[in-house]
Amino acid sequence: MIPKAFAYERAHSVAEAVDLLQQAGGAAKLLAGGHSLLPLMKLRLSAPAKLIDISRLDELRGVSVVGERLFVGALTTHHQVATHPLVCQHLPVLAEAAAQIGDPQVRNRGTVGGNLAHADAASDLPAVALALEAQLHVQSPAGDEVFAAEDFFLGPLVTALPEYGVLRAVSFALPPSGARSCYSKFPHPASGYAVVGVAAVVAVGARGTVEFARVAVTGAADVPYRARAVEAVLLGQPPQPEVLRAAAGHAADDGAIAGDAFASEAYRRHLCAVMTERALRRACGLADAAAGA
Amino acid sequence: MEAGKVRVSLEVNGKAYTAEVEPRLLLVHLLRDQLGLTGTHIGCDTSQCGACTVLLDGQAVKSCTVLAVQADGGRVTTVEGLASPEGLHPVQIGFWEKHGLQCGFCTPGVIMTAVGLLQDNPRPTEEEIRTALEGVLCRCTGYQNIVRAVQYAASQMAEADERREVAAAETE
Ligand SMILES: Cc1cc2nc3c(=O)[nH]c(=O)nc-3n(C[C@H](O)[C@H](O)[C@H](O)COP(=O)(O)OP(=O)(O)OC[C@H]3O[C@@H](n4cnc5c(N)ncnc54)[C@H](O)[C@@H]3O)c2cc1C
Ligand code: FES
Ligand code: FES
Repeated sequence: MIPKAFAYERAHSVAEAVDLLQQAGGAAKLLAGGHSLLPLMKLRLSAPAKLIDISRLDELRGVSVVGERLFVGALTTHHQVATHPLVCQHLPVLAEAAAQIGDPQVRNRGTVGGNLAHADAASDLPAVALALEAQLHVQSPAGDEVFAAEDFFLGPLVTALPEYGVLRAVSFALPPSGARSCYSKFPHPASGYAVVGVAAVVAVGARGTVEFARVAVTGAADVPYRARAVEAVLLGQPPQPEVLRAAAGHAADDGAIAGDAFASEAYRRHLCAVMTERALRRACGLADAAAGA
Repeated sequence: MEAGKVRVSLEVNGKAYTAEVEPRLLLVHLLRDQLGLTGTHIGCDTSQCGACTVLLDGQAVKSCTVLAVQADGGRVTTVEGLASPEGLHPVQIGFWEKHGLQCGFCTPGVIMTAVGLLQDNPRPTEEEIRTALEGVLCRCTGYQNIVRAVQYAASQMAEADERREVAAAETE
């Protein structure tokens, strides 16, 4: 299918993109990898009057570690994130999640910034952003602002991105040394998006008990959420199978779990527990639980 | 230039093209309707089937989900650009030898995806091949012979590389 006609302009800097957005007064959309926007436009579910192409802005690309955070430029593609040595070394859970997005062609075009700004309730990266206490670095007419991931995702396709704002980069907190992590996803068999996806980061201290736990869930509710109830059960406990199972039983507590035509609310609640247990076991170096166990 | 149109210049299968296009023109439509390269197919409206896969600057992309204006300045390879005067590309030979197609509708996209894979990973495992083919749908083959075709191509390309290395070592 063919999108509705629109005007096209290429931005040469982030500042220019912000200006162009403001001039268009809400009728324009930014175009990055196009892999969320163009499918919607082809189905005529979205029909912006103008696209402002930011995909050639090199200032929005790249990966670096600054202090205790890893920065990823908004235009960095899923493929680049999944294979970048710094990401693989410092934040393997981010690489793992990026490698599970869509398929190779999608990962060659789709960008981290587009994924987070689009905020599909079944996107993979929001779970990792929450578990790694990401900050979203935004430039808008009001100046530069930083949003915590937990304040950014407001609803399906709704974020706190200010009007005429451009997401420049996202930075992730490096977990304590020795922490292990896992992203565990139950993909929708047709679309590949997460029916439920769980990111878990766990560190076990010298005394053999969990000292650090971050768990976040995507797909299950209409916004991704931090599963604090799971984290609370884990802290101070040894990472043993029955502890992990008990903790995972709380995976749906912090979200407004929703059913849809594909998966009922009860099924999603069940998947929250199963995928969380799987993520925790892998993060703690245990083999997957036997099927049906 | 007509109002609202944008000029795009790109290289397709080694030839330079310039066209004036509507911004909404998809790369696949530029290739098929304006350049007559109908080897690239359109199999869906939802960016899922991969029949439209081409290489853009060396990377496999779904040309139904890229605007022609986004490919401006880029280098595109379609299935028509794979064969050389010496003959078919090893991946094409693999599909021939291993019967990697039935109706053939998905084949150009699958071949371009496989070419993209073998560029990055010349010796993929079977699992890596299957993962790499996640973005292409085939309604006929059940994928078994597609995987065999890619394995065949990988081994032929590896052998050719070895022959080249030996020949280079001998001339030194
Ligand atoms: C077949 C298919 C399968 C997919 N499977 C998955 C999957 O399994 N998991 C998953 O998470 N995703 C999946 N995706 C979505 C994919 O990850 C998208 O690439 C991503 O969600 C959007 O990134 P983009 O760069 O393509 O953004 P675009 O489509 O260019 O933009 C998306 C939206 O974000 C806005 N935007 C983009 N960049 C910025 C920025 N820097 N600042 C402010 N706003 C911005 C745009 O204006 C637009 O509204 C899939 C997509 C396809 C086509
Ligand atoms: S035509 Fe189906 S993915 Fe492009
Ligand atoms: S050979 Fe018929 S769709 Fe693949």
